[in-house]
Amino acid sequence: MAQALNTALRDALRDDERVLVFGEDVGPLGGVFRITDGLTRDFGEERCFDTPLAESGIVGFAVGMAMGGYRPVIEMQFDAFAYPAFEQIVSHVAKFRNRTRGKLGLPMVIRVPYAGGIGGVEHHCDSSEAYYVHTPGLKVVTPATPADAYWLLRDAVADPDPVVFLEPKKLYWSKEDTDLTRRQAEPFGRAVVRRAGRDATLVAYGPSVPVALEAAKVAADEGIELEVVDLRTLVPFDDETVVASVRRTGRCVVVQEAQSFAGVGAEIVARIQERCFHSLAAPVLRVAGFDIPYPPPKLEHSHLPGVDRVLDAVDRLQFDDRPDVLHLARGAA
Amino acid sequence: MSVKTHRQAVQGLLPALTPVRFVTEDGSPVKESADYAEPSAELLREAYRRMVLGRRFDTQATMLTKQGRLAVYPSSRGQEACQIAGVLALREDDWLFPTYRDSTALVTRGVDPVEVLTLLRGDWHCGYDPAATRTAPQCTPLATQLPHASGLAHALRSRGGDAVVMAFVGDGGTSEGDFHEALNFAAVFKAPVVFFVQNNKYAISVPLARQTAAPALAYKGVGYGVRSEQVDGNDLVAVLSVLTAAVEHARTGHGPFLVEAHTYRMDPHTNADDAGRYRDDAEVERWQGADPLARLETYLRGRDLLTDEDVASAREAAEAFAADLRTRMNLDPELDPLELFDHVYAEPTPQLREQRQMLAAELQAEKG
Repeated sequence: MAQALNTALRDALRDDERVLVFGEDVGPLGGVFRITDGLTRDFGEERCFDTPLAESGIVGFAVGMAMGGYRPVIEMQFDAFAYPAFEQIVSHVAKFRNRTRGKLGLPMVIRVPYAGGIGGVEHHCDSSEAYYVHTPGLKVVTPATPADAYWLLRDAVADPDPVVFLEPKKLYWSKEDTDLTRRQAEPFGRAVVRRAGRDATLVAYGPSVPVALEAAKVAADEGIELEVVDLRTLVPFDDETVVASVRRTGRCVVVQEAQSFAGVGAEIVARIQERCFHSLAAPVLRVAGFDIPYPPPKLEHSHLPGVDRVLDAVDRLQFDDRPDVLHLARGAA
Repeated sequence: MSVKTHRQAVQGLLPALTPVRFVTEDGSPVKESADYAEPSAELLREAYRRMVLGRRFDTQATMLTKQGRLAVYPSSRGQEACQIAGVLALREDDWLFPTYRDSTALVTRGVDPVEVLTLLRGDWHCGYDPAATRTAPQCTPLATQLPHASGLAHALRSRGGDAVVMAFVGDGGTSEGDFHEALNFAAVFKAPVVFFVQNNKYAISVPLARQTAAPALAYKGVGYGVRSEQVDGNDLVAVLSVLTAAVEHARTGHGPFLVEAHTYRMDPHTNADDAGRYRDDAEVERWQGADPLARLETYLRGRDLLTDEDVASAREAAEAFAADLRTRMNLDPELDPLELFDHVYAEPTPQLREQRQMLAAELQAEKG
């Protein structure tokens, strides 16, 4: 995926001279994850450059560059290091079109290496998507495959609105055979069914998509066919694809790596029960991280939702009209 | 770097030890000459007319709050030398980044006053077209507009133009992180931006001593390698001469410039504020004696650059301007609630389309 992202930036820089890449260590070093590897060398210091170490300044500077006709693609080095820029993102990036009554939009991309599963120390593994999706005016993307990483980033750069592009760090090293010269991706704003199945739907995004796919594989061995929906863009949210799948299967589990309370999963569950109530054979469940600050590396495996937790949730979907025995037993204990 | 070149580098950035001044409080010329060129007589006469107009606009806007036509108005009365000079130092193709207190500057810039007051009337947020007026939306969060100014200045220069950016901020705003990040970015990228601090002594109620222990705010530029200056903010001649030099510095590729103007906010923070809780009348009276408009008028008369007729005609123009503003502000604009959904994204999301339909149905039902 890292390679696909690098290629996307290269192609964007090549195709549109308004595109600029900047941030901390993205120049000669090529970024701490090497996503911008070689861009300064190949496109010059004017197109890809290092900035002072100040995230609010980087985002604010990008706002000004976008006002001046450029299309900045900026990097926040890690999820939790983007917080100093929060005011710039929610009060300016997100609202500029609105404040100016549609006269001035800000085409820019804020790339964020995001979420956990890489053994990172504190402040390097936050799942921060809920902060961004809760902010009107931002589009929020998180790819789960190398092909999507490429095409969604190209789409994000071309978008007339600001996009927060969340790159699941643990998937940087994921591999896929794909020809990036031919579009093999759904349009921006559409979810995609990664695996078809009739018994229940798993809704996942970004880092939780491989978990959901693995769970579906294991379930299939036990004769349960799970459908896996990859949301791809959290904003815009594709109700249509999610609703169509859940109406078909009648059961659903939403899988997210982020902590559970008031997270994206909560929104998705609410939307599903509002739209699919008469198709549902069981309550829609969530599998998510615990409501704790991201744990130290040696304990993160206890926190991250894995295949077993997903399959446990599937077991609780009241197949054969059995009530949620597991849940009731836990509640009694 | 040798000690000598280091010393030269530092001295090249340092502001004057006392604020630059051309005209004393009683309107007479200062004896010692400053390192800045005095603006032309014609420009000073123009500045005077703009100041009379700006003062009248400001008092009219405050009146409009009393009539309930504006939700709130943060007056810049007493700061007209800064408001007018900050704009007259610019070319039309330069950019201005104002704060919420800089409505008088916007009017001087030629932005339609009704569009300026759209924010405070509550019709929308920014009422004017930033691209057409080369004026950013008035910023209510403090100092957040400054990194934008640095970025836009860098963009203008990268595209090969020689336009510059003038970014306004107050004394309170210099305590914000974005002030420092913006100065640092501008200096590192040599962006053509003039940071103009109107030090009006209060951030709502908090006095300057609680913002900084620096000898003057102007020194804050030095640490970033930004050429800095301080000026008597109630002396239009001085502010205009220093800002003109600062703009020229930026325009000719020498990077950013920081100017601190020592001025005073004559009115409360807004019409909703009670300034008596944090400053006494004697202080306000003392500053009334340093009124920038009276000072410029006395100075120009003393140099035979202003006649009674000029004064009368400036006041007449200001009255006509205020009357027109009153008339237009007394009309209730037609607002369409459905517009709420129009400017969130270039194209509304499916969810926004649904919510728009919901509101449309509610509005239809209200009509019956």
